[in-house]
Amino acid sequence: MPKPILTIKKLTKKYGNNVIFHDIDLVVNEGDTIVVIGPGGTGKSTLLRCVILLTKPDGGEIWLDDLEITAKGADEDRVRQHIGMVFQNFLLFNHLTALENVKLGLTKVKHLPEAAAHEKALAELTRVGLADRADHYPGQLSGGQQQRVGIARALAMDPRVMLFDEPTSALDPELIGEVLEVMRNLSLEGMTMIVVTHEMGFAREVADRIVFMEKGSIVEEGTPDDLFYRPKYERTREFLWKITELYGKKEAKE
Amino acid sequence: MNFSSFIQYIASGTAYTLGVTLVALPSGLVLGVLFALLYVYGGRVVSRLMSLYSTVMRGIPPIVLLFILYFVMSGSVNLSPFWAGSISLGIISSAYQMEIVRGAILAVSGEQMLAARAIGMSTLEAIRYVILPQTLRLAIPPWSNEAAIVIKDSSLVYALGVPEILRRAQLISASTQQPFLAYISAAVIYFALVFIANRLLARLERRLTIPSNP
Repeated sequence: MPKPILTIKKLTKKYGNNVIFHDIDLVVNEGDTIVVIGPGGTGKSTLLRCVILLTKPDGGEIWLDDLEITAKGADEDRVRQHIGMVFQNFLLFNHLTALENVKLGLTKVKHLPEAAAHEKALAELTRVGLADRADHYPGQLSGGQQQRVGIARALAMDPRVMLFDEPTSALDPELIGEVLEVMRNLSLEGMTMIVVTHEMGFAREVADRIVFMEKGSIVEEGTPDDLFYRPKYERTREFLWKITELYGKKEAKE
Repeated sequence: MNFSSFIQYIASGTAYTLGVTLVALPSGLVLGVLFALLYVYGGRVVSRLMSLYSTVMRGIPPIVLLFILYFVMSGSVNLSPFWAGSISLGIISSAYQMEIVRGAILAVSGEQMLAARAIGMSTLEAIRYVILPQTLRLAIPPWSNEAAIVIKDSSLVYALGVPEILRRAQLISASTQQPFLAYISAAVIYFALVFIANRLLARLERRLTIPSNP
């Protein structure tokens, strides 16, 4: 039996009367790579923000391992340490070098000693292939490099699960490949990941399951082969192939 | 009286001018940063209070607050002219500095706060390690403006008889019948102080600039 790391039950989010998503159920097992796809405005990003407790859901539960993190009185700052998040716009700390970006959480949140934090941060930068850029500031790095630092920063906290919120959407086409490669390696190493993306090549190759969301609910989920070749709903097929066509040219360049 | 002792008499007021400035400006900075943080992160009620404070303090001429502190408050607290002047200038400056810092916080926060929270920082840790270091850098250019204003406004304490530059210029102008020389000397000294302060802050700004590719 695979062990669930993250369990989402009947999760609902509204802004006023505007329902962003409702009654979302999702189980993520240890080592899974889940790719979430769907048209804009269907609440994919909000879902990730709810999981890392940056946005408060209006109903339902989220469980991380055996702990209900949406419960009243849950130590939210502590929960966030165990969940990594990678943002569409990188959101590196602009006043810190690449190394300091990765190190900050280690020294100030995990309270590691300076030397240990330095070593760990450098190891994470090496993991994303940027050890030689350790002393560069975000403004001196390309978008692809910034995003890889963003991934290293999240990884340094040794998260149980990594969330990727359209990690390549803000990148020039020729920089997408280096970020996807890092993510592909992570997935192969067994990291548990939820990835919101339009990169269908990545989804087909790496995802254990693809979740198709539309209008605030999960339309269909299954293996890449199921969704691409044997979808239950015509709408799923239509969306998948449209996206593949739109983004296919970018992937061919990799 | 010869020329050099004439100038020396006025210039010796510089100690008071600097004294008032060095009380008003730093205390205004500490209060300004604190109030700006309360304004942005303090919740609705606190935020309203800070907004009220800013509106009131920026709406009163410094010299009026100075008179209130010195002539009205002196019944209950024994404030020397120097301290009454320095404190009122500090209070008024805190409102302006609060607006400067608040603007800088708004330019930085939001997404940077989100990123800091995402690695498990509390709001306070995020403010300390992520928001403030960027905010204060951003605030230096407008802040150097405020520094110039406080240096010049320190001349207002002359009205309470503090023997600073302007007060001395006034006295010596009366006793020697040389108003032109007296006030031009005062103007030159004030200008030099402001000029030096701006130069130092520009150097600080350059030194703290975060490297980036064009």
